Amino acid sequence: MSLASSPTPFPTWQPCPPRRGDSGAAMRHRDSAGQRQWFEERLEPLMDRLYGTALRLTRHPDDAEDIVAEAVGQAWRRLDTLRDPRRFEAWLFHILTNTFISEWRRRRSHPQDTPEGHDTDHLEATEFTLFQQLHQPFLLWWGSLEEQFFNSVLEEELQAALDALPDPFRLVIVLVEVQGYRYEEVSRLLGIPLGTVRSRLNRARGLLQKALWQQARDAGITSGHQGEGGP
Amino acid sequence: MSTRELGCEEVIERLFDYLDRELGAQQAEDIERHLARCRDCFSRAQFERRLRAMVEASGTVTAPPRLHRRIRHLLDQFDSDETGAIP
Repeated sequence: MSLASSPTPFPTWQPCPPRRGDSGAAMRHRDSAGQRQWFEERLEPLMDRLYGTALRLTRHPDDAEDIVAEAVGQAWRRLDTLRDPRRFEAWLFHILTNTFISEWRRRRSHPQDTPEGHDTDHLEATEFTLFQQLHQPFLLWWGSLEEQFFNSVLEEELQAALDALPDPFRLVIVLVEVQGYRYEEVSRLLGIPLGTVRSRLNRARGLLQKALWQQARDAGITSGHQGEGGP
Repeated sequence: MSTRELGCEEVIERLFDYLDRELGAQQAEDIERHLARCRDCFSRAQFERRLRAMVEASGTVTAPPRLHRRIRHLLDQFDSDETGAIP
């Protein structure tokens, strides 16, 4: 994609009122080169976040590429509907999220697998907190386990732990913690009550922290023998 | 609404609402005031912030070059379709 040295001003295509026989395509075509440049300049810095978010949502690189391509295509086709250019990023991520949810629902083979399914609501509520585990009095003898934990958690391990969460839990935590959606927006996007968003988020965090604790234990952090080569 | 002194239990109970920006300004201030004077709750909040930052960072992954090419090709295609649609 081309990147100009200075940002291209927001092209003026939206004030045109719809006229009989005037298609959106024709309206946009008036300055399509400028719009394309404007679009690409803003898209390019977001590509890694778009792809990463899609990867967390779909868990599969090919699917992630598909929904990013689909979302970008939709955004380009619907650029006329973006009223405030400063909202481009939020607008594009919203399209990405909706694209994923639509595709996810379309592909579902079992209704209970949908993001709004209730199949996992019976799972045991977990009050597990990693912080408490790392701050148990008998472990403090080993020094700062918290620092050891953060130094030892690999990016891939965290991604794997997130990907391993059951879909309804994974989706809410990705929407809230990766994408920064408010609970009400998540409720609207997934079509689930606000209370369900809260409970799934709590469970998602508990399950995620439990998985990370397990990884930390496997790495020997809690035994005090983890620091090979350490002080 | 007036300010209120919160206890540790209440702060921990609402910590994620606070970190998720779900609280009103006054409630958030109440939490922040408690965190400023309570070392234990502050440590817990810092821990959750760090963990949360790692989760957030997991949403940034280098997009493969073929995806960049695919999107460029897609936009080219839309452009040529539109050009064809204009008489």
